[in-house]
Amino acid sequence: MEMDTITEIPDDEYILKCTSACAGCGDSLTLRYVLKAAGPDIVLVMPAGCTAAFQGIYPKTAFTVPVVNIAFGAAAACASGISRMFLATGRTTKVIVYAGDGGTLDIGLQALSGAFERRTDFLYICYDNEAYGNTGMQRSGATPLGAKTTTTPAGKAEVKKDIDAIIAAHNPPYQATACASYPQDLFRKVRKALTFRGPTFIHVLSPCPPGWRYSSEKTIEVGRLAVKSGMWALWEREHGNLAISAPTKAAMKKPVPLEEYLSVQGRFKGIDGTTVEQLKEQIRETFHRFREEEDRP
Amino acid sequence: MKKIVTGNKAIAEAVRDAKPDVVAAYPITPQTEIVETLAEYVSSGQLASQYIAVESEHSAMAACIGASTAGGRTFTATSSQGLLYMHEMTNWAAGARLPIVMANVNRTLAPGWNIWAEHTDAMQERDTGWLQVFVSTVQEAYDTIFMAFRIAEHNKVLLPVMVNLDGFTLSHIMQPVDTIEPGDFIPPIHLPDSVDPKNPKGYGTITGPGDYFRFRWELAHSMRESVSVIEETQSEFAKRFGRTYGLTEEYRCSDADVVVVSLGTLGKEAEVAIDILRDEGIKAGSLRLRWFRPFPELDLAGKEVVVIDRDYSFGFGGVLAHSIRSKNLVKVYSVIAGLGGQEVTYDDIAGFIRNRRIGGESWFGVNDHV
Repeated sequence: MEMDTITEIPDDEYILKCTSACAGCGDSLTLRYVLKAAGPDIVLVMPAGCTAAFQGIYPKTAFTVPVVNIAFGAAAACASGISRMFLATGRTTKVIVYAGDGGTLDIGLQALSGAFERRTDFLYICYDNEAYGNTGMQRSGATPLGAKTTTTPAGKAEVKKDIDAIIAAHNPPYQATACASYPQDLFRKVRKALTFRGPTFIHVLSPCPPGWRYSSEKTIEVGRLAVKSGMWALWEREHGNLAISAPTKAAMKKPVPLEEYLSVQGRFKGIDGTTVEQLKEQIRETFHRFREEEDRP
Repeated sequence: MKKIVTGNKAIAEAVRDAKPDVVAAYPITPQTEIVETLAEYVSSGQLASQYIAVESEHSAMAACIGASTAGGRTFTATSSQGLLYMHEMTNWAAGARLPIVMANVNRTLAPGWNIWAEHTDAMQERDTGWLQVFVSTVQEAYDTIFMAFRIAEHNKVLLPVMVNLDGFTLSHIMQPVDTIEPGDFIPPIHLPDSVDPKNPKGYGTITGPGDYFRFRWELAHSMRESVSVIEETQSEFAKRFGRTYGLTEEYRCSDADVVVVSLGTLGKEAEVAIDILRDEGIKAGSLRLRWFRPFPELDLAGKEVVVIDRDYSFGFGGVLAHSIRSKNLVKVYSVIAGLGGQEVTYDDIAGFIRNRRIGGESWFGVNDHV
């Protein structure tokens, strides 16, 4: 991995102060670094979601870049139209979708798949807080096994949908995962994604204090525990070739016990031992797949 | 130049010559020939558009919304289930004041599966803020596309326009068309507030009740204003190309005691029926509504009115019949006919008029008087 330093991240801010995002919001933190990496010559396409909710109220906006709001399931399709219009007129402005996990894994999946299959020139960023946060934390396809949401009060019985594998099946030139708790890594991956033509994807774990039920000053810590325990893995694929990012390499060598990640969050309170074992098994499988793929000649 | 083409081909030819920047396309019977023909034009270099072969109608409209927000001239075509699937986005297009032009080839809604002509698909879009025009001949379909772009993009309007043509009875019927060179009939597109990173704005941002209410009023106002723009555009079209269109098409109405009101190709059948009835000594006329949104002001005072609806609002009645009643102090005989592509001939229409029971509703061939 390249040596990242915080100093290469510009001081420019594209989110204005005092948005209505929750204290400790991982999503707004994610967006802050996405915009720092992308710079001002972009258009953000935003479906319904937490970010749309804290963008400000007309005639004001919390962002200093254009934001095209669009219906929940339509972000990638709307971005297709903008991207092709820019192509028609020779404009180099980058089109970036910024969508939550509901808008990506669930209601927006068809439009997303279509846009990737058509090789739309855009960057799609999924900020993943593992539930429908804006409507008060209902389960989504991204909610992990065992997590309590308002529609899975006993804990989710199904495992998280593997959107990254679905995206990989579209053979994008670049895809990556990131986490709001590792801003340098996120910054670098956004910069890199924007150097490719065609559809690129970054899936960012964005911890959510009210939804995950932890106190708001712990967002960075919770995100780091996700990575250190292996519940969230940081990696990138350039033309399909996997490169594991340093924090996950470290976790693969010596993960912190999963219980450390689960116990700081109210959403996993009362999770039974069998479910914890299933989650641990998932992590072992993921790491095993990574090792196998890395060892392949 | 004169040629003989189908309604679908005529639409595609007109769209080609209107030079959209972006065409988003998804196939559905009986519209498919439109997007296929446009694909051919793009592929052969006759049309320099970005052609986005989307994966659904919802995405077709969303892509048009994106391209239009970026300042482009956009077109798509659909029918029936496709129109309903994009309904969320048709509302968005109008609310965002984007002058998207769409051909809707009117088709029945499932279940059961039925690909034939019916107007219920378009009726379900009537409150979205789209201008809706229904055409009755291939020539009219062709001409109306040019007018639709000019009207939609007019700075007093800035609303999307839906050009409706009956499935099969017009989409697949070959008729002679006199083509035009549009020249500058459609001025270059210039949309206010297109996306520009140098002047960043929020589009469709959260909006409080006061501003939202004002935006709705502005949309209503523009819809009203569109009447004069439509009239000016139609008269300019007549001046340049010699074919005259109105908000409605009247046939032997001025001295008529009874007028039959309809939409689309039924209006052409009705004209034949009127001739038959006139020969019998019945003073009948036909009034075909070309524009359905904005709904035209009609002068029906003192006349008996027979309205044919190729649609239905369950628990209410024929949509056109109720529209006529609510806007005019006349009594109406409501005929529901042609649903699911039921054949309705000029003889049938003559029968509706001869056997009219003003104030009643009948379902043609099923329950003649309710």
